Amino acid sequence: MTTNVIEQDSHDEHHDDHKMTGIKRWLYTTNHKDIGTLYLWFAFIMFLTGGALAMVIRAELFQPGLQIVEPDFFNQLTTVHGLVMVFGAIMPAFTGFANWMLPMMLGAPDMALPRMNNWSFWILPFAFAILLGSFFMESGAPNFGWTFYAPLSTTYSNGSTAFFVFAVHIMGISSIMGAINIVVTIMNMRAPGMTYMKMPLFVWTFFITAYLLIAVMPVLAGVVTMLLTDTYFGTSFFDAAGGGDPVMFQHIFWFFGHPEVYIMILPAFGIVSTTIPAFSRKRLFGYSSMVYATSSIALLSFIVWAHHMFTTGMPLFGELFFMYCTMLIAVPTGVKVFNWVATMWRGSLTFETPMLFSIAFVILFTIGGFSGLMLAMTPVDFQYHDTYFVVAHFHYVLVTGSLFSLYAGAYFWLPKWTGHMYNDTLSKWHFWCSLISVNLLFFPMHFLGLAGMPRRIPDYALQFADFNKWVSIGGFAFGLSQLIFLAVVIKCIRGGEKAPAKPWDGAIGLEWTVASPAPYHTFTTPPPQSDIDNADQHEH
Amino acid sequence: MTNKEYESYYVPSQSHWPIVGAIALFMIAFGAANYVTDLANETNGYGGYLLLAGIALVIYMLVGWFSDVISESLTGKYSHQMDNSFRQGMSWFIFSEVMFFAAFFGALLYLRVFSVPWLGGAGNNVSTGAVLWPDFVAQWPLLTTPDGTTTTAMGWYGLPLINTVLLLTSSITAHFAHNALIKNNRGPLKAWLGLTIVLGLAFMFFQVEEYAHGYSEEMRLFLDSGVYGNTFYLLTGFHGMHVTLGCIMLIVMWFRVLKGHFTPENHFAFQAASWYWHFVDVVWVMLFVFVYIL
Repeated sequence: MTTNVIEQDSHDEHHDDHKMTGIKRWLYTTNHKDIGTLYLWFAFIMFLTGGALAMVIRAELFQPGLQIVEPDFFNQLTTVHGLVMVFGAIMPAFTGFANWMLPMMLGAPDMALPRMNNWSFWILPFAFAILLGSFFMESGAPNFGWTFYAPLSTTYSNGSTAFFVFAVHIMGISSIMGAINIVVTIMNMRAPGMTYMKMPLFVWTFFITAYLLIAVMPVLAGVVTMLLTDTYFGTSFFDAAGGGDPVMFQHIFWFFGHPEVYIMILPAFGIVSTTIPAFSRKRLFGYSSMVYATSSIALLSFIVWAHHMFTTGMPLFGELFFMYCTMLIAVPTGVKVFNWVATMWRGSLTFETPMLFSIAFVILFTIGGFSGLMLAMTPVDFQYHDTYFVVAHFHYVLVTGSLFSLYAGAYFWLPKWTGHMYNDTLSKWHFWCSLISVNLLFFPMHFLGLAGMPRRIPDYALQFADFNKWVSIGGFAFGLSQLIFLAVVIKCIRGGEKAPAKPWDGAIGLEWTVASPAPYHTFTTPPPQSDIDNADQHEH
Repeated sequence: MTNKEYESYYVPSQSHWPIVGAIALFMIAFGAANYVTDLANETNGYGGYLLLAGIALVIYMLVGWFSDVISESLTGKYSHQMDNSFRQGMSWFIFSEVMFFAAFFGALLYLRVFSVPWLGGAGNNVSTGAVLWPDFVAQWPLLTTPDGTTTTAMGWYGLPLINTVLLLTSSITAHFAHNALIKNNRGPLKAWLGLTIVLGLAFMFFQVEEYAHGYSEEMRLFLDSGVYGNTFYLLTGFHGMHVTLGCIMLIVMWFRVLKGHFTPENHFAFQAASWYWHFVDVVWVMLFVFVYIL
């Protein structure tokens, strides 16, 4: 394999002293660590923005009746909350992790296409400026739910659909470029001796996720384009009067949408597959099976989309096919959960904050997985469809799943990123406050949904009042708890105990062979084979 | 520490082009959204100007960005590995384009196999047909929509057939041009590449002719003529945009060939343009079969 030394002369011109200063450094950067930092901060700002919208939603739902917002504005809140969290917070946060960690884990000098990397980040803030800016327009923000079903988003949309469509186009371009960069980096930039099956599982999960992104983001671009022409240019893709079908919208959307939800969880699997072995002081149990399980989940994700649409009146064969395929996903997912538990089994466990978040991830994500299995059963889905049970399900997998894994990863690598240890006490406060409040927030939603409370409504029947009160209190507490994380990160950047190159004694991986904080350019020459062999996650 | 075993890797220096490109994309998206909204509300705004300015800025950015890359390539800064990164990047980009078209072909398939027959009462939808549109006849091409819009179908013979021949031939000439480049025969390279461009331009000319024919009073095949017109114009329209982009790429390559760029070993840009051209050709074959013939 041919790889990778920074050319000696260009090496000089790219040394630390040539780092531009001030705003230009961030605007013009081609450095994977700078771009990773930008992604992570952007994602966190979007997380707080989407969270603020959720706080208003929970304030409105604190009591039955209309208190704070108008129903139409409530719809705008739920729509933009979903879009911001999916496309603005979770996805960019994972891309930030990919940028920071992939070159270091692969022993590469940088990402494969550094300038495109910069471009794919900097178009994101503009996309969200357009989306969030629509709140201040006469028409108001999009109000048809983050799934933008036709005809809500066509015939009955307010005037902001065009802004929504073009904002989504830019987000899609950004994701596709980021994904191409990740795929090419992994295929082409691995250090000599870093074979595919020696790559950390973290790298594998991002590899597979990037393929999913390249395959489905263009489909999203296609469906929003049809939406645009239906709304503004008189086409009838989703209008029966012209020969189309609103249900076709759902098919195309969920052909994108189901792989999309795995795009938000597979990297999370990669993160906890790194942290759990580190704090169990063992190698990952069943490395190869983890690779195959991740690939199977990705492949299956393309043939399960219509389980989101059981109640649309599909032919019976369709209902059965999508039900069985969906249940099949439980098998590789079960392999993963089993492997994490088996990794901890008889390990020498310690409970640093990244490990706490990782264990919480395994338990709570599995709860989300089980409620997913319930939803996968066509006959019972007829009762759960569009209720708070669905809301509970996807928040368990996205908040206590994806978000908790992001926190696990952030605490795990903060010493490598900043050169300082984080404040342990504060981080423990962050974990316990989040853990308790998040369950208070989302667990009662299961009961609300089973009892029949529909999602996306600003008002509800009186019998749901008590649960909703507790859910709202949990929501406010969870929102406030995230500010602790902000405080921890800022303190960690500004100072704190000096971090050694490898602060976790059980951690393996090339990133721990370099100093903390990691130098601006990490592997100007490939790491020695012995380091690569030591980083191998296989059990010996 | 130097290690001579490994090829050098060039990490490009910082560049202002990405942020220029980001601003340009913002102007295009925000301008287009305003323009479309103004059209719908029949108001006048600055959207169209912003859109045009954004397109101009994107062209400026692409020219600047690519000239930087070309000069880096010509001064020998790129390694074999960098070349590989570019090649893989381009192939995954083309794959993403394939998936973009897949969304529209998927819609076409769904409309033809499910939605139109169902509206006509097929499957368990007898009452849908009987109650909503009792006179509706399910057929493809859908010449009369449920709400009564009528149109005519575009035949596959005539212009579409000529265009198929043109585009298939151009794919072959592009391949000959590439062969000539590999053998370092600069004369045939210029000729074959030039011929490819002429064939591409001819295709675009006939495509415009066909649209004019479709929009004539005689045919009345409009973008909003029900799902037949929708799929016809969106599929051929996006294909036409890709042909235009491919043509521009080939023209740029032609001028670079005239300037003496590319060697038999090192010609990624040419290769990328040629891959892209073959890709639009394959899409056209799919279009010809599923939109025109069947």
